Amino acid sequence: MLPPFDLSQPQSLADALQALAGKGDTRPLAGATNLVPDLRGKRETCRDFVSLDGVNELRYIKRDGDRVTLGARTTMADILDDSGIRTDAPALYAAAEIFAGRMVRTAATIGGNVCCGSPSADTVPALLTVDAEVTLSSVSGQRTVALDEFYIDYKKSVLRSDELLTSVSWNVPPQNSANLFYKLARRKGDAITVTGVAVMIAAEDGVCTRARIALGSVAPTVFRASAAEDLLAGKALDEAIIEQAARAAADQCAPIDDIRASADYRLQTAFSLTRRLLTQAWKQVS
Amino acid sequence: MSNEKVVTVTVNGSTVKLATPAHRTLLEALRHEGFVEIKCGCEKGDCGACAVLLDGEPVDSCLTLAWHADGREVTTIKGIGQPGNADPLQKAFIETGAAQCGYCTPGMIIAARSLLKDNPDPSLADVKRGLSGNLCRCTGYTRIFEAVQLAARELRGEGEAA
Repeated sequence: MLPPFDLSQPQSLADALQALAGKGDTRPLAGATNLVPDLRGKRETCRDFVSLDGVNELRYIKRDGDRVTLGARTTMADILDDSGIRTDAPALYAAAEIFAGRMVRTAATIGGNVCCGSPSADTVPALLTVDAEVTLSSVSGQRTVALDEFYIDYKKSVLRSDELLTSVSWNVPPQNSANLFYKLARRKGDAITVTGVAVMIAAEDGVCTRARIALGSVAPTVFRASAAEDLLAGKALDEAIIEQAARAAADQCAPIDDIRASADYRLQTAFSLTRRLLTQAWKQVS
Repeated sequence: MSNEKVVTVTVNGSTVKLATPAHRTLLEALRHEGFVEIKCGCEKGDCGACAVLLDGEPVDSCLTLAWHADGREVTTIKGIGQPGNADPLQKAFIETGAAQCGYCTPGMIIAARSLLKDNPDPSLADVKRGLSGNLCRCTGYTRIFEAVQLAARELRGEGEAA
């Protein structure tokens, strides 16, 4: 049994934003695949929700030139059903493929995965490697924030209680690029990530023109390994520099021990998986 | 808080009216109405025992609020097929001995239906991924995977009977 709560069911974005406005402890509810277990497990204390189930205007995948925009209520299944995401954001596609199980993918939304703020949210490392931005809307207007600046701390973000994350967008990766994601967990799918790594490497004339590395489950938030990225940009990559970058990425981790893995194991795998993905990515583009 | 509301759901072709508060899941509401073929397992979206089709798409009914099913169609395992008119998946589960205690079977078949709809010729890896949201605590996975591949062959017209 879930604890009793109130649920409003707006049928438009305007009504949803109105329902969130001016109330301190009202929260949006989309696929509810995290929220329902959190309510049942008494981890969620909010008792007043605004359902986005009827807000169909937030469920879309749009392309405008090189810009791809996902409405926040786009589901993991929608991402996999779309013919273009596999090339427009290969790491995101890979993350969606092993996201929970088939039934959860029908319901779970991209906006929900980003907003739950979990360090193990699998779409977030992938989105960070394509420099994704999120649009936050409220009755008083909207603002666009780089996803890289969205999280403040463990499950904390810059999203205000009257705001709704309404879309996620990014530019498609450059022609000669590789965008990879690897989820280390006890099994593929239906398991919480022990260490998640996403990379994006673009190259021109044998030189790395853009490097993005994002790590999940190894710090209070998903984060970009910026020092490692800086080491790679503008260079022709080889084994030594990749190893150095992977080391820098691991140095930026602040993992914890939990039931899934020790902090030490997470550090080691953050290093080895970053090295592995950078090696694979460089091989693809050079 | 949490007033009741009557939601209208079509279950296996029949109209059902459910008087339910906001915090009731589709699983609880339907089992209360007698649809006990939907099994209650982990209640957190890990095991898939409670899977049903909602407007043709598979969902965990333990994670779905009953209010969200208003005006929509639910298919349970009984809507997939009945004795005498069984679905190829149900026949394949019987033939291969894929049901042990049987508790996970309804959810397995619901998930497998969706897999075969999207991918009529799944590899073993595809079957495993397609069923990754369904747990069998008898651990009888080998025969479950065989059953799904057998049903896939039947549905493609490559079965022994064809």
